[in-house]
Amino acid sequence: MTDQTNFVEIRHAQKSFGTLEVLKDISLSVERGQIVGIIGSSGSGKSTLLRAINDLDPLTGGEVWLDGVQVNQALSHRQYEKHINQMRQQVGMVFQHFNLFPHMTARENVTMAPKMLKGLSQAEADKLAEEQLDKVGMLERIDYYPSQLSGGQKQRVAIARALAMKPKLMLFDEATSALDPELVEEVNHVMRKLAEEHMTMIIVTHEMDFAASVCDRVLFMDQGVVVEEGPPSLLFTNPTQTRTREFLRKHLEGAK
Amino acid sequence: MLKVYPFFLEAAWLTVLLSILTALLGLTCGALGAAARLSRFALLRFLGAAYVSVIRGTPALIQLFILYFGGPQIGIQLDAFEAGVIGLGVNAGAYMTETIRGAIISIDKGQREASRTLGLSQWQMMYKVVLPQSARLMVRPLGVNINALIKATALLAAISVVELTYTAQRYIGSTYKPFEMFLLAGVLYMIIIYVTGRGIAWLDRKVQIT
Repeated sequence: MTDQTNFVEIRHAQKSFGTLEVLKDISLSVERGQIVGIIGSSGSGKSTLLRAINDLDPLTGGEVWLDGVQVNQALSHRQYEKHINQMRQQVGMVFQHFNLFPHMTARENVTMAPKMLKGLSQAEADKLAEEQLDKVGMLERIDYYPSQLSGGQKQRVAIARALAMKPKLMLFDEATSALDPELVEEVNHVMRKLAEEHMTMIIVTHEMDFAASVCDRVLFMDQGVVVEEGPPSLLFTNPTQTRTREFLRKHLEGAK
Repeated sequence: MLKVYPFFLEAAWLTVLLSILTALLGLTCGALGAAARLSRFALLRFLGAAYVSVIRGTPALIQLFILYFGGPQIGIQLDAFEAGVIGLGVNAGAYMTETIRGAIISIDKGQREASRTLGLSQWQMMYKVVLPQSARLMVRPLGVNINALIKATALLAAISVVELTYTAQRYIGSTYKPFEMFLLAGVLYMIIIYVTGRGIAWLDRKVQIT
């Protein structure tokens, strides 16, 4: 239906809040199965770019395509709602603050959307919940409420919730930033497992080591532009841009 | 003195009935008002805001007078009971609009984002995620609204609804005992308010997340 071959394609993405331009003409493509990391200081636009992919933060200019379909189409309200819900079902998203539904157990968090949107029976939904929660190591907490779980456990349930919709693409928006340091690894472990299964992922992160070990490509963003991108082996060890070097140097100092 | 008790009890029941009908109408108006105020249509948002500011900006007694005494002039014929329920119900609805709206908008933005990201529609999100959580936040403040509304039924004495306050006034004429008559009415109001308050507190405990 289009000439485009890439799985995710962002063309000339532009986003302004009033006079503040947070994304300045960014183009990016991601192949199926690829894992792309986005790094940069806060305010660089990396989360905004990620959130534009499922139109959570709509762009003010440019296009987002997923698997040959344009995500941010200009449609009438009714048509847009139908279209975007269809698109979003194919894109899982994991947030910094988990955003689990506090009035539902882990099981209900995982099964609510599949039951509602895909018409799963209770038996099918239970099987799905067990499968997905087992995958993130949370099966024994299946009937716990979010308030009874630690941060790392909440985030693992949130990942299971996203995976239960069988997405083609997973977006991670600083998934470990709100966690206590000792809880980060359990979430990273789950993300590594997804990487091994060749899930296509776009990961906004502050963790350079994790990005270096998991991502096929890393983008460094600053002030609304992609300053530099490349395989982590190059970007982290031999950055060509001054701004990238500055950022990495500050980050290393911060880590010490 | 003893002779008046049956009349007071009867009037107290009428006050209870008025309170229930007014609360039901108020909740309905409040839900509609909140929906209007949160609508994506500017006209509905405007109408919702206008409803709230007009009703909250004028005395309930004036609203009742306009409806009951002024109504016939523009072709609205209501008896005192009907005018009372409608007038107070619409009045309470304006306060409830703000209560319900407040409880809905106080739900964390992340909850909406997570719902929409999963592919839920606006309605599915409201029904499954936002309302179940905001309902818990609404119970107590709606209880405050209902408390106010029960006491506001006393205003209906002014349009000759034979509720508690009217009854107290009526028997002052024959007994010459305003202190006792008003005290008795006050005690009965307090019993109604106390029982309602316990009911609200029970409901509030019931809906909290385990």
